[in-house]
Amino acid sequence: MRTAERTLARDVGALGVAVAAVGASFGAIAVAAGLPAWAVVTMSVLVFAGGSQFMAVGLITVGNPFAAIFAGLLLNARHLPFGLAIADAIGQGWWRKLVGSHLLVDESVAFAMARPAGPSRQRAYWSTGVTLFVAWQIGTVLGILLGGSVGDTDALGLDAAFPAGMIALLLPSLRDRDTRHVALSGALVAVLATPFLPAGLPVLLALSGLLLAWRR
Amino acid sequence: MLMAVILALAVGTYGFRLAGVVLRDRLDLPEPLRRLLPMAAAALLAALAGTAALTDSGAFAGVARPAGVAVGAILAWLKAPFIVVVVAAATTAALLRLLGIP
Repeated sequence: MRTAERTLARDVGALGVAVAAVGASFGAIAVAAGLPAWAVVTMSVLVFAGGSQFMAVGLITVGNPFAAIFAGLLLNARHLPFGLAIADAIGQGWWRKLVGSHLLVDESVAFAMARPAGPSRQRAYWSTGVTLFVAWQIGTVLGILLGGSVGDTDALGLDAAFPAGMIALLLPSLRDRDTRHVALSGALVAVLATPFLPAGLPVLLALSGLLLAWRR
Repeated sequence: MLMAVILALAVGTYGFRLAGVVLRDRLDLPEPLRRLLPMAAAALLAALAGTAALTDSGAFAGVARPAGVAVGAILAWLKAPFIVVVVAAATTAALLRLLGIP
């Protein structure tokens, strides 16, 4: 294996362990909330979007199924612009598109964007997507089986690991001046809007940063 | 009912994912717009990182998490390997919490 691929395997592997731990916490919380195990597994396989799954379980538990759907979809709407941006990383052909789309998560996008377009970007996208999908399912099942004995992932600092990893993957793109202005102003808008808007919307508002690049 | 909620969320989420991927081929985007797509992804990722680092359920995330992310970000800036960034961020946040800092 070339060095770049070995590094990719190691980085994605580390992320996989973290994702499995969060998956375990999801599985444990979902069964503790009273969801049957089959429903929890079905959700992890078919939805495969952690944030919206936690949110949906919370809203289902308080008896608000429509809010669970609506809030979850609002949180996941960002996948559409992500898909537009990284379609080339998925590759050509219907099967690739149909399967590859389901593997689209924040981290597979971030790993793909950190690579130059071409085979290297495709490898990054698919290896991240497949690894995290498998890790999420293993984690979910472990969480269901272990239940309350799954610790709080915040105690492990995983809530700090994910944004830090995202920043590390994003830094190379920020060398480009326009991209830097767009990304940083977008992030600022999102953070400032977060206390006032439902989850998902602030992140979408970050697209307003594009206005800075549009003028030119 | 539960199954219907899960399916609706799954179908909608997959719809968003597939729509973006398929539209990219179908739409004949002019060059200036195509140039914006990677920037859009960068803005969304930066927003995810920023909101996840600083906020929790719409309120301020406390001290431990932003501090951990800051340590990670500095290491990333110094070109430390990805795995070092991630582990250092998690360790910093975990240690601060162990010391009773939220």
